[in-house]
Amino acid sequence: MVELKDLGTPAVNTWCPGCGNFGILMTFKNALVELGLEREKVAIVSGIGCHGKITDYVNVNALHTIHGRVLPTATGVKLANHDLTVVGFAGDGDAYNIGIGHLPHAARRNVDVTYVVHDNLVYGLTTGQTSPTSRRGYVSKTSPRGSFEPGINPLTQALASDASFVARGFAGEPHHLRELFKQAISHEGFALVDVLQPCVTWNRVNTYQFFRERVYKLEEEGHDPGSFDEAYRKVREWGDRIPIGVLYREERPVYRSNFPALEKGPLARQSLERVDVKGLLKEFK
Amino acid sequence: MTAKGLSGSSVSILIGGEAGQGLSRSGTLLGKALMRGGLHVFGSIDYPSVIRGSHNFYTLTASDEEVHSNGDSVDIVLALNKETVLLHVDELSPGGVIVYDEGIEISSDELGRDDVQLLPFPLTSIVKEIGGPEVIRNTVALGAGLGLVGYDVEAMKSVISDVFAGRDAIIEMNHTAIERGYGYAREHYADALSIELKSSGMSPDRIIVTGNEAVALGAIAAGCRFYAAYPMTPASAVLHYLISTEEETGMTVVQTESEISALNMVVGASYAGVRAMTATSGGGFCLMTEALSLAAMTESPLVLMLGQRPGPSTGLATYTSQGDLLFAVHAAHGEFPRVVVAPGDVEECFHLTMEAFNLAERYQIQSIIVTDKHIIESHKSTPAFEPKAGIDRGELEIVDEWGGEEEYKRYRITESGVSPRILPGTRGATVFANSNEHNEYGYTTSERLETVMMVDKRMRKGYSLRAEIEGLSPVKVYGPEDADVTLVGWGSTKGATLEGIKTLERDGVKARFVQVVYIEPFPSEAFKAALGSGGRRLLIEGNKTGQLGQIIKLHTGIAFEDTLLKYDGRPFTPGEIAAKARKVL
Repeated sequence: MVELKDLGTPAVNTWCPGCGNFGILMTFKNALVELGLEREKVAIVSGIGCHGKITDYVNVNALHTIHGRVLPTATGVKLANHDLTVVGFAGDGDAYNIGIGHLPHAARRNVDVTYVVHDNLVYGLTTGQTSPTSRRGYVSKTSPRGSFEPGINPLTQALASDASFVARGFAGEPHHLRELFKQAISHEGFALVDVLQPCVTWNRVNTYQFFRERVYKLEEEGHDPGSFDEAYRKVREWGDRIPIGVLYREERPVYRSNFPALEKGPLARQSLERVDVKGLLKEFK
Repeated sequence: MTAKGLSGSSVSILIGGEAGQGLSRSGTLLGKALMRGGLHVFGSIDYPSVIRGSHNFYTLTASDEEVHSNGDSVDIVLALNKETVLLHVDELSPGGVIVYDEGIEISSDELGRDDVQLLPFPLTSIVKEIGGPEVIRNTVALGAGLGLVGYDVEAMKSVISDVFAGRDAIIEMNHTAIERGYGYAREHYADALSIELKSSGMSPDRIIVTGNEAVALGAIAAGCRFYAAYPMTPASAVLHYLISTEEETGMTVVQTESEISALNMVVGASYAGVRAMTATSGGGFCLMTEALSLAAMTESPLVLMLGQRPGPSTGLATYTSQGDLLFAVHAAHGEFPRVVVAPGDVEECFHLTMEAFNLAERYQIQSIIVTDKHIIESHKSTPAFEPKAGIDRGELEIVDEWGGEEEYKRYRITESGVSPRILPGTRGATVFANSNEHNEYGYTTSERLETVMMVDKRMRKGYSLRAEIEGLSPVKVYGPEDADVTLVGWGSTKGATLEGIKTLERDGVKARFVQVVYIEPFPSEAFKAALGSGGRRLLIEGNKTGQLGQIIKLHTGIAFEDTLLKYDGRPFTPGEIAAKARKVL
């Protein structure tokens, strides 16, 4: 059972003061502690962007991978050792631009990985470009006349991809977010948590105030996360009111149950005594 | 046996028809039957990227001597349609025969030569009598072919019984088809050919496999436990075979949504401590290059088979090429060591795959096995594989608890450049793999001295590797030392070159073959020693720009004046090589 102090690292944190990432980082660490996990049994995978630095800041197993590829990388880690609790972190650019092609497949596979998306509706680390979740009309150096396209709705995408756990959180509501993290990590299967967070340096629209005026908790309004139809209506809600909480949840077999070899235990710990190919060669005789 | 054909006693058979007429299957069955009878067999399929219609053909050579490739001519054409007759009549050796369905309207005048025979067979009638589907015309044709050479039909029937095991009606129908075709040939055309092949009895410890199967078997024998790939011709068969044997091998096999996903998934599995692999062709490899760089920076061992086909781009999807060698050697941004190895036959496909895994894990680098359509989709008979290499996982320690005195550092600086490796999940330690430049613990750094230290560390692994490669038989030599001409090549050209050397020998020309097996790190010393100093030299490559030649020049200064470069998508023939070698003298 890990304690908070064991999760710190010597790396100097380079996020901007006030960044929503701090909230996500703290919340994640607290969730790990409250879940009673051992840090050696946790593996996090992060992508490229400000969010990506999280692997430098949490003292667990970590793989800082390339832009947009958190999901396949995390899938490989989990299949190779399903005793590890695998959590992936991506940004909105990472997850919903370059990496969106992996989302339907990770979701439909129901690989037991938690996918936390640091959704600040802008590209932070590369200095402020428009992001796929930026709303229509968003002005940036790459959309000086205002963004042409409507923002991608990650929750719709996740539901359409048969994700078995879909949630949205807000970095400014850390207690609520902690509960979401705990539920997502405990969920047997693929869990998406899109975390709305302000980027204090680049995004002057979607600020803490912007979100505080709009977010409301689904649990307080009697939302039934077991109903796909209700979820599908709720996910499209954006404007004066933005729902946060668990939108949808279902139970179904996890990806590893598809693989006979994994019934014996984690692949990485299975003995590698030379496999006898003699039996296999019979087919070629 | 009566002597005819390439050398010794052999026969070369081509079966052709439309895609969808079961040609590939027929070729495989025939090859197996001939192999079971104690003959050496080589067979290759030629097909365009079409599922139905369009011309496909399978060419097979069987002999009492080892066969490394098909020859320049065939003795028997089994034609399931007229197109086959007209397309291949020029390939027949004098005295050769064409078996065709008697319903096809064709006359000897259309052949353009008078030294071959048209042998009509009632293929369709027989099939109708048996009550089978039209596709088993190919089985009747196989029986006909066997009848023409007087080969024991029981071997063929036993192959059919095994391949279709459990489906008795199908077996019986195919047996009848074989017998009818065979019987008709013996009755009407027993003297049409002056070849008579006889079984030399069962050889229980021989197999006939494609390069894809050999690579897959090598991976299994090497303890590969994770395979993720996206279908791409000509590499897909590795995926098919590994999925079909998942339960026996304990491997976890995933068909991914793209090649990007495949190699990234492999990196994840490797990070978690599992031997992991993928295979693809040029276009897929393009998509994998970023993850290759990731693997190098994170020092994640992996094996990648690149099955070449002609490019650029979609190119000739179902044909062969050696056009991606430089790509394999240089792919991906940043500087880092890697292994690039090129098997030349199915035996090397098996053994080099095992070596590739060992090298990858011992140096914590990436091994690229460069093959091509010709070697991975062709069949060759060979003694049943016996693994030679053990499983050497290098510095990986699989323990429950980290027992080191100090904190575990994934990228600890060592003399060899190779750091101790443990599984994520080991108590008392965490493993941090980072695509950013990093310090010994894995934490991100952009500091000058740390950067230099890490770059040097990664390259240092390559220096040790380079030294080791020289001792791994990285260059092989075939033929007499006092040869008049030295042929230099790599990969699948080995087969035609070895046969070409036999042809030259018959004509009194002494030739030897220097086969470069390990391309990267390039074994300069072994190559220079093998090349020697005497005689003429000829570089043989299946590409336009002589890529191995460029690599040789880069590392040794040796340039080739004479080259034989083929880039029509087809494999070399022994005759082409012998002809050019004679010119060079």
